[in-house]
Amino acid sequence: MSRVPRLSKEPVAFAGAVVFVFFLLMAVVGPLLVPYEYTELVPADRLVGPSADHFFGTDQLGRDVFSRVVVGSRNIFFLAGSGTLLALLLGTSVGLFSAYYGGFLDEIITRLLDVLLSIPPLLLGLVLLGTVGSSKMNLVMVVALLYLPSIARVVRSMVLDLKTREFVDAARLRGEGDLYIMFREILPSAVPPLLVEGSIRFAYSIFLVASLGFLGLGVQPPSPDWGLQINEARNYFRQAPWMLLFPAGAISTLVVSVNLMSDGLRRVLVPGQGGG
Amino acid sequence: MARWGGRAPDFVPHNMVRFLIRRLGFVALTLVLASVIVFVATQVLPGDVARAVLGRSATEQALDNLREQLGLNRPLIVQYLDWLWSFVVGDWGVSLSTHSQVRALVLGRLGNSAMLAAVSFAFYVPLGIFLGVIAALRRHSWLDQVISITSLVFIGLPEFVMGVILIAVFALQLQWLPASSAIHPDAGFLEAFPRLILPGITVASVGLAYVTRMSRAGTIEVLGMDYTRTAYLKGLPPNRIIFHHVLRNALLPTITVVAVGVGWLIGGLIVTESVFGYPGLGRLILYAVKHQDLPLIQASTMLMVVIFSGANLVADLLYAYLNPRIRYR
Amino acid sequence: MRPLLEVKDLNVVYTTDEGQTHAVKGVDLTLDRGEVMGLVGESGSGKSTLALGILRYLPRNAEISGEAVRLDGLDLLTLPRRRLREIWGTRVSMVYQNPSTALNPSLRVGRQLEEVARFHLGASGGEAEHRVLGVLHRVQMPDPPSVMARYPHQLSGGMVQRCVIAMALMADPDLLILDEPTTALDVTTQAVVLDLLADLKQEIGASILYITHDLGVVAGLCDRIGVMYSGRLVEKGPVDRIYDRPRHPYTLGLLACIPRFTRGRERHTLPEIPGSIPRPEVRLAGCVFAPRCPMAAELCGARLPGLREVSPGHDSACFFWEDVPSPEIGLHPVPELKWEDKGGRVKELLEAEGLVKDYEPSSGWGSVFWRHRKMLRAVDGVDVAVGEGRTFGLVGESGCGKTTTARLIAGLATPTAGQIRMEGEDLQAWVGGRSRSQLQNLQMVFQNPEATLNPYRTVGQALLRPLLLLRGMRRKAAAETVLDLLEAADLPQSYFPRLPGELSGGEKQRVAVARAFAAGPKLVVADEPLSSLDVSVQGRLVNLLLRLQAAEGTSYLFISHDLAVVEHLSDEIAVMYLGKVVERGPAGRVLRPPYHPYTEALLSAVPDPDPAAADVRVRLKGSVPSPLDIPTGCRFHPRCPRFLGDLCVESEPPWRDGEEGHRILCHITW
Repeated sequence: MSRVPRLSKEPVAFAGAVVFVFFLLMAVVGPLLVPYEYTELVPADRLVGPSADHFFGTDQLGRDVFSRVVVGSRNIFFLAGSGTLLALLLGTSVGLFSAYYGGFLDEIITRLLDVLLSIPPLLLGLVLLGTVGSSKMNLVMVVALLYLPSIARVVRSMVLDLKTREFVDAARLRGEGDLYIMFREILPSAVPPLLVEGSIRFAYSIFLVASLGFLGLGVQPPSPDWGLQINEARNYFRQAPWMLLFPAGAISTLVVSVNLMSDGLRRVLVPGQGGG
Repeated sequence: MARWGGRAPDFVPHNMVRFLIRRLGFVALTLVLASVIVFVATQVLPGDVARAVLGRSATEQALDNLREQLGLNRPLIVQYLDWLWSFVVGDWGVSLSTHSQVRALVLGRLGNSAMLAAVSFAFYVPLGIFLGVIAALRRHSWLDQVISITSLVFIGLPEFVMGVILIAVFALQLQWLPASSAIHPDAGFLEAFPRLILPGITVASVGLAYVTRMSRAGTIEVLGMDYTRTAYLKGLPPNRIIFHHVLRNALLPTITVVAVGVGWLIGGLIVTESVFGYPGLGRLILYAVKHQDLPLIQASTMLMVVIFSGANLVADLLYAYLNPRIRYR
Repeated sequence: MRPLLEVKDLNVVYTTDEGQTHAVKGVDLTLDRGEVMGLVGESGSGKSTLALGILRYLPRNAEISGEAVRLDGLDLLTLPRRRLREIWGTRVSMVYQNPSTALNPSLRVGRQLEEVARFHLGASGGEAEHRVLGVLHRVQMPDPPSVMARYPHQLSGGMVQRCVIAMALMADPDLLILDEPTTALDVTTQAVVLDLLADLKQEIGASILYITHDLGVVAGLCDRIGVMYSGRLVEKGPVDRIYDRPRHPYTLGLLACIPRFTRGRERHTLPEIPGSIPRPEVRLAGCVFAPRCPMAAELCGARLPGLREVSPGHDSACFFWEDVPSPEIGLHPVPELKWEDKGGRVKELLEAEGLVKDYEPSSGWGSVFWRHRKMLRAVDGVDVAVGEGRTFGLVGESGCGKTTTARLIAGLATPTAGQIRMEGEDLQAWVGGRSRSQLQNLQMVFQNPEATLNPYRTVGQALLRPLLLLRGMRRKAAAETVLDLLEAADLPQSYFPRLPGELSGGEKQRVAVARAFAAGPKLVVADEPLSSLDVSVQGRLVNLLLRLQAAEGTSYLFISHDLAVVEHLSDEIAVMYLGKVVERGPAGRVLRPPYHPYTEALLSAVPDPDPAAADVRVRLKGSVPSPLDIPTGCRFHPRCPRFLGDLCVESEPPWRDGEEGHRILCHITW
């Protein structure tokens, strides 16, 4: 498709996309290339500032901050990424089926989605994780559960509109089955806005995972989770500000770049929506 | 307006009242379903609740005592209904970790959260609307770009990062404001105020970003509408067009975002409260979760849900009231 | 006397990411005081851009340039913004195409009208209100105080448009610009508004620039006319002279391809203007119309023809204007058709009896908690019978239930009551339950070309599907058949791999027709297939439908609001109003007296593209009632010009039989 060249006409969004890809690469290959193990303790070198040896300095246990940040990116991408992907898959299916068949089923599902949306996400995440524990799997499921309703809602409203289109009528008139109509007639038109919504949700989920890490309910130490790192770094801020600033910078840069990218995506993929 | 004999002839009070009743019905239903979710998440999911609370090393006797105390031996439906009824009536039980009355504890914290919410709200709502509208009116100018990019960046800045940096700069370095916001439980607003500033700014920065974007988008959309063109081609002065024609339509979606934001302000500030050590509702829930304090978790979560739903309801009603297409059939 | 409006060499260029678009190319135009000039063109002609360009109200990415745009000597092009604002609304005012979006939905109508008085005429509150009442009276608004107190969404489209006209007149402008003011309105409402404009024209003494695509409207209202094509003015001059003997091939073609009432003549094809309107980004060296002009010579493609005088006051932008034939001879090809002789009785292919469709006005939990609200009855006992190889036309305005009826027959909606039979056997109500052969026999063509094709499927894929599914063909055979279909639909084979986004509206519609015929249907339901197309493109689609019918013997159920087109295609016609059929019979009978009063009003409301035509005005009062509130007795009685009295209010009218199966639902005996 000719979308990529057009995105390059939006310099800011393009920059966002570039940064995002950079982080993605970091997450994939970074951990293989880091100079130190993220758990490697060198007590003699604790709280040393950024240097040639340690690009981002060391933390209170003598661990290399740079390595921890890089490995942490894989952690974040895995948790936030899989959670969002799962939410996209499930949410799209729910929204698609619910809107297509309509009727009572649709009513019930919409009510349920509204209920889930009526509970503040961080709160629900907290309560659930407090109950089921903070394993990686649980985190991914919780993220998926929290963002499933908003994606389902978006898909549902699109499908409700799309199913009234004449080409869908034409499909019915030639005897296409429900599944064909749902997945091969209606869904393709819903993909571009879904991509935009998905990238927005991805940004939120990075936040969520980092916040949970910060609050101590995310992955447990010694995980190089960025939120966890920041929490640990709080107490040493005066002595070793780099412990906090680098992971914080990483989170902010990644989230901002995803936001810029999704803004650009929206302008390119969904023309006619203002606010750009 | 009075010249035409008061309201439009089609203003049927029944319309708004009927709308209100319908929405209240929805909200009640939603709250009931939400309560089921809360109940399931806290009392059903863990499996053996008593063991979850007391931990692995608990004795059989201690477990049995707890089960007796919490009524965990009864059928689930009974437990649920009993809990729901107690909540509605106001009997929120006794905290397992502090052994104090849950209700007093929660409501006290609610008051604190409300203060913080008020401070932030007063700051970011008017400023956000103003910035968004200005950005939209001066679209494509450098001012617009700056405002847009800045709001995008602020959305990307987590509260815990913002908060820690603010503390570091303003409290520790410059020593202008207190670093911790742990206020005395009975502190009045004036006394607490200095300690509300930093967390208030932290919270406001996020809210500011959202409101700015929303009001900017809303204003841009209205500026492109046919009726705005009509107003221009009538030769009206630009101020009249902006204030009288554009804003009242442009701000309608923004008002919804703002009203929903109130819900978030009360219930969603867990992270900020943690960073600043502020004794609000969010921090209470965090504490309760970490200590597996079941009655506390349940009551404070339900309360947050009620407030959140309430804020959404107010947003809907406000929108319906301000939108003539809904208000006057 | 100095003309009121002088436009010299006006150009408007848009700059977008894709490049530059030259929307208005070197237009010269003058308008005298008190003159009414029509500006005619199809989509992409630049007529609306021209109007907004004169006013200098265009988006930021538009560049307006020109030698001069003078309003009574005042150069608008160089005027500072502030002074321009003083002119807007006072010396020049505008009426817009879409009444439902022209007024601010959050302000009461009276308030919005008052603003002109308050800000331009310095009127105080009470005086402003007084002026508004005055101008509302001038536009013949019933009950002005109540209208003033309402919000725009509480008024009908016709009433809102009258308010907008009133607002434009308030400061007694010198120039009034109307941009397609009646396009969004029903034909009967349009007639009322046009009458109003004709009356006002005498009174106000303002010059009027009337922009439209409808040549019939122009004939009735305007003194002079300018024809625009692809941003250029190709012909201008007095209305009667141009209509009598146009001197530009495009104007000739435009006038020729309007379907006019044949009033009983045999079905015939319409002249076709080949090709399609060029995309706005396309730049041509010579005459903009050359690629589609039957008369085009080498010169036309090389050099740009400017406007040259044909006779005093009449200009044409054609090198060969002298050679443009008269309308009787015509210029554009009219396809030949060979019809089978269908004398004698014809078998009924499709019969629908007593079709009823109810909708619930509000859905969801509301209907569970509250007692049932009144049902909305969209279709109330409609009978349809389509003969083999015949066309049955269903006519009516918006809200009459014709589209719903079409969808009921196609199976896309399930009837609340009634039966449908095809070739004698019962047809499943819901399309999902129909057998393969039933699906093969009944296909449909839809109204909106933009939504009729899946944007992610190529033309080839769209045409393959029905062949594979319904005709059970194998891939290879199907692919070859697709090529045949494309040829039959007059589309190049190279369109096979193209996506709908690359096609024009007319082309998309032709693909849709090809798709419907791919299944080999005996009946095609055509729901307003022409309504979204430009006039010059409609002819091709009509001809395509006629050609296919002649070749395959297919029957049509043809839905439209355009009486002339319906008459062109139909053997039998039924007229619908508010869910019921009020008149039916052979086409020749229905469109001749005796009429149902509604049919009479419909016929008289259609603007006749003949400036000399006599005006028989039969007008309807008020607007169409809501289907939730159907009037008692004869549902047409509140608006009927031939209202008899209590009889019409109290009892439902009977069917009156005329000749050859002609029936009228009315109390009047003819």
